[in-house]
Amino acid sequence: MIRTPLRPLARILKAREHGEDTQAIEAENLRLRHEAMRDHARLRAEGRLLVLGAMFAIAFGTIGMRMGALAGATIEEPQAAARGNPIIGQRGDIIDRNGRILATNLETHSLYAHPRDMVDPTHAATELARIFPELKQEKLLADFTGDRKFLWIRRQISPEQMQAVHDIGSPGLLFGPREMRLYPNGAIASHILGGASYGREGVASAEVIGVAGVERKFDERLRDPARGGEPLALSIDLTVQAAAEEVLAGGMSIMNAKGAASVLMDIHTGEVISMVSLPDFDPNNRPQVLTTGDQSDSPLFNRAVQGVYELGSVFKIFTVAQAMELGLINQNTMIDTKGPLQWGRFKIRDFHDYGAQLSATDVIVKSSNIGTARIAMQIGGERQQDFLKSLGFFEPTPVEMSEAPSGAPLLPRQWSEISTMTISYGHGLSSSPLHLATGYASLLNGGKRVEPTLIRRDAAQSGPRVVREDISTHAREMLRQVVVRGTASFGEVAGYEVGGKTGTADKPKERGGGYYDDKTISTFASVFPANDPKYVLIVTFDEPSENTGDKPRRTAGWTAVPVAAEMIRRTAPLLGLRPQVDSSQPIGVTLTSN
Amino acid sequence: MRAVLYLLAAVAVMGLAFWSYQENYQTRDALGEVRSLHAQIGAKHERLNRLRAEWAYLNRPDRLSDLAEINFDRLGLLPLMPDAFGRVDQIIYPLPDVLPIIVPIEVDSAPTTSENDL
Repeated sequence: MIRTPLRPLARILKAREHGEDTQAIEAENLRLRHEAMRDHARLRAEGRLLVLGAMFAIAFGTIGMRMGALAGATIEEPQAAARGNPIIGQRGDIIDRNGRILATNLETHSLYAHPRDMVDPTHAATELARIFPELKQEKLLADFTGDRKFLWIRRQISPEQMQAVHDIGSPGLLFGPREMRLYPNGAIASHILGGASYGREGVASAEVIGVAGVERKFDERLRDPARGGEPLALSIDLTVQAAAEEVLAGGMSIMNAKGAASVLMDIHTGEVISMVSLPDFDPNNRPQVLTTGDQSDSPLFNRAVQGVYELGSVFKIFTVAQAMELGLINQNTMIDTKGPLQWGRFKIRDFHDYGAQLSATDVIVKSSNIGTARIAMQIGGERQQDFLKSLGFFEPTPVEMSEAPSGAPLLPRQWSEISTMTISYGHGLSSSPLHLATGYASLLNGGKRVEPTLIRRDAAQSGPRVVREDISTHAREMLRQVVVRGTASFGEVAGYEVGGKTGTADKPKERGGGYYDDKTISTFASVFPANDPKYVLIVTFDEPSENTGDKPRRTAGWTAVPVAAEMIRRTAPLLGLRPQVDSSQPIGVTLTSN
Repeated sequence: MRAVLYLLAAVAVMGLAFWSYQENYQTRDALGEVRSLHAQIGAKHERLNRLRAEWAYLNRPDRLSDLAEINFDRLGLLPLMPDAFGRVDQIIYPLPDVLPIIVPIEVDSAPTTSENDL
């Protein structure tokens, strides 16, 4: 910048020539210089103010935007489950009525291989075959050296096995977290629980899905993330179930039976306290479904729910109760039992000849087919069907198991008069032991229909009325008489007034054409304590034969009844039922004399 | 006066900056701690689950009945049967403690009295 001098020589000389004041020129130039300096300074100051303003605007803008973002964001609760994988820990436990675990989850690991990352496939294959004896070394080596990039080796491995695989030290062997369904009690309640297996599988996780029983029926509920793994409480009592299985298994081997089933039900709530079907299986290691032959030979077959059999004389109480309800008879009415009863080409016989007539109570006590058939003829087919329908014998049981719909009862195609007569004593209609338990519970709890359930309930069911309360009382008095002086005398258990009805039915031949002579289904349907009924117990044996006598005995009185009595002796105390000891007996004196 | 105000404002700004800096780092620490606590809770849950499963496995009825059988000599455990129930009146009242002897009894005189009675 060229600085203009304050006293330019040319102008000064010119001014001196004209005699003007040179000071004015200097002042003028000084003024111009000051003005230029002032303008420059103002410009600079304005620029700085602008920059400062912009800085403040940016700073406040940033803070403002951040505040806006914070205020506008949705609040997020910190996640409680700090697990890496959302699938893990999702499936709820299954517990019994007292909170004991029936099914739970366990963290394990799966083992997979990336053969391309392997350094020494031969060593890895040899060591793996040593750790897992069921794997073949040659096959593993072929897989490891082939084209495959990925391969599953084991779905579940134990911590010890995992350490052993770690020790191989191959970078191509990898572990993934894997949830396993564990049934800690083994085979106990296996049919009820069913089992689980893997659905969609990935390296990081796998879906556990129920494949049978309660696991399958409640699959969605158990997996529902909204429930957060809340356990499912069943009506089963683990201790009672274990005792019942032990007694039934013992009974099955003594009676040389092919299979056995038992159902213990609370008659007021319809809760199934224990349900056993033998032979059973371990749900941790569920056997394969049979691809050929009869499914009922598989241990997976649940005889208590799926097994529909002609259960025999246990049905007689329904016939007699209905006739009393309709006012056709009372418990003392004499019934004609002269035999054989001829109907067309059919003849109905009794096990023994019971003479010309019996009272209605004695028809039940002595189990007279003829007497029951005659009562059924008075009732008629229509009303009999309605009554059995009201007890649930016409549709599969609504129990919460995936197998329940397959246990549909077999009904006669045409309900003729002979059907009415035979069904009155339990032939010609096939139903499952659970149907029978439901029917007995509904009849004996005061006459209100109950639905069987496997879910714990605290309140009694209040279904539609099936029979009047006094009929229910008469029915259980009759059943009590069967044990006191009838076909089920082995069923007496001191302290627990047991009432019940036996039923022995010949097995129908699979290919049709009549019944086997030497194969029976023996059933004992019981209720205890008979003076204030709380539970019904059904025990059924498939092809039992008690061989201690001269010839094999197959009737329920010799097979199912003693086993049921033992089961009541074992389970009733576990259910908290006190034995009712005759109070007139002076217990204190007995003790001191001992 | 104005200078004092400026000074106070500057000190206040510095103080606030220091405070917010500290708050910021404390918040980050707290969040980190929450995360690690959640991880711990998750691990504890897992462990609890495993222990529950183990407990259930070790208390499975089959094993317990086998153990009761093996140790029958020592424990004498039998399945619960109806005769296990008792009544309250079968239990005797606790025996009263023997009262301390405050007044000494004259033993010599006792036989004399009974002889007199006879």
